[in-house]
Amino acid sequence: MAYVVTDLCSGCRYTECVTVCPVECFHVDERMTYIDPDNCIDCGGCAPICPVGAIHADFLLPADKKEWIGVNRERAALTPVLTQRLPPLPGAPALPQGAGA
Amino acid sequence: MSALPLALRIAIVGAGPSGFYTAEALLRAGIPGLQVDLIERLPVPHGLVRYGVAPDHPKLKQVSAVFERIAAMPGLRFLGGVALGQDVTLDDLRRSYHTVVLATGAAQSRRLGIPGEDLPGCHAAGDFVGWYNGHPDQRDCRFDLSAERAVVVGHGNVALDVARVLLRPMDELRRTDIAAHALDALADSRVREVVVVGRRGPAQTRFSPKELHEFDTLAGCDALLDDGDWTAQSFDPLPDADAEARAAIQLLQGFSTHAPAQPRRCVFRFHLAPAAISGHGRVQAMHFVRPPDAPAGGELTLDCGLVFASVGRRALPLPGVPYDAARGVHANARGRITEAGRAVAGLYVCGWAKRGPQGTIGSNRACGVQTAEAVLADLPMLRERPVAPTPAVLAACERAVDRGAWQRIDRAELARGTALGKPREKFVDLDAMRAAARLEAAAC
Repeated sequence: MAYVVTDLCSGCRYTECVTVCPVECFHVDERMTYIDPDNCIDCGGCAPICPVGAIHADFLLPADKKEWIGVNRERAALTPVLTQRLPPLPGAPALPQGAGA
Repeated sequence: MSALPLALRIAIVGAGPSGFYTAEALLRAGIPGLQVDLIERLPVPHGLVRYGVAPDHPKLKQVSAVFERIAAMPGLRFLGGVALGQDVTLDDLRRSYHTVVLATGAAQSRRLGIPGEDLPGCHAAGDFVGWYNGHPDQRDCRFDLSAERAVVVGHGNVALDVARVLLRPMDELRRTDIAAHALDALADSRVREVVVVGRRGPAQTRFSPKELHEFDTLAGCDALLDDGDWTAQSFDPLPDADAEARAAIQLLQGFSTHAPAQPRRCVFRFHLAPAAISGHGRVQAMHFVRPPDAPAGGELTLDCGLVFASVGRRALPLPGVPYDAARGVHANARGRITEAGRAVAGLYVCGWAKRGPQGTIGSNRACGVQTAEAVLADLPMLRERPVAPTPAVLAACERAVDRGAWQRIDRAELARGTALGKPREKFVDLDAMRAAARLEAAAC
């Protein structure tokens, strides 16, 4: 198994996930982050910390989100690793104080 | 191994995840001449990744490769087999280093605080975990696995680890890095049922869905609930439940529809507050009362031969370090040790010793970054304090197991594992570790 970033991340990209990933397996493009499934160690740290609930264990994905398993694998192979938090994308809604921390 | 007089010297005490991530964050700051000494009481690093993560979770252990990358960063020195309070005092470290960061974890198991807790057969879950993981401190522990039922108190992931290791088929455990002594004992185990008990309901556990999900696929074992413990409303998530909590509740609700069919069982029980443990000379039963909010009232007695308490941990108080008894951590504000609210110059904390036993391995990365940021912000002040290694620190450095020696131990353990068809066979005694560090050829 692995954890999977879904389209809820797209357009927000808060990148809280990156700060708690023990193995730096997050990749990023201009829209969202992706998890490299071969490096993910299933620690589960990123899922609860995502402010928009975009990250799920693959076995918990609803049927209409299963495609993101493949998208994460493909995009992670093509995009750079992200090791530090980025500012959220300009259109991202402001988070309530303390959210995601 | 002597110090450069002009170097900025930082000691991190504890080579577990938080120690490594704090070291990484400090070294990534690019400060010229920075030397970080990672001091560890055992001859081997990696803390709870080595001694806490369950043997049947090999993927999690891959994080060790990250720690090895950090250990290779210029400026980092591993000093294994150096115990704070025995080989060196905190005062030694304070006089030898500009900054001391405590990464000493949450070493003390909380007790149940009920009568009968000291009967043979009642154990801290942490002792069982250390034992099956080959921790030298627990190598002489004995667990009587002759009764059919064991009780685990606590609704967190450590309780699930304990239950799973007790119930997993031997041929699966045999292929893990579980300690040989644990494998031998578990091979003769008569435990067929593990009851995982908590005082609250299915909507209020600290189980993560990933760990619960493993019970759905555990060979030869049913995951069950007891019909008396729940009503349809028991599976309504609390208003603030996140997706993870909801997923955990759904998995438990799924278990509630199972009927026993297989030779072994893990029974999740709710709304049971521990009241006492009883038995003649050893644990024979555990007694519970139901809190007022339980679906049913009354008391409950479970016959059992083993009780594991998995009800939390706290940092071991250290002489000279202010303690926050309410939280069970070294008193601190965002990683700066504080005394009566004011920062103690040059003394910091990270990991479970800072924020309590919570989060995942990666939580220590964010936590270590925060502590490192505090250290870096204070550097102009810290640099001014003159430091020089004390004799005890110099002697400890001489005798320490360094990174090369640890790598020899590591290779010897991997070779021992290969011979047994396991990924690794750990050394469980300190002399054997030190011998392997010296004599790699003989050990292989």
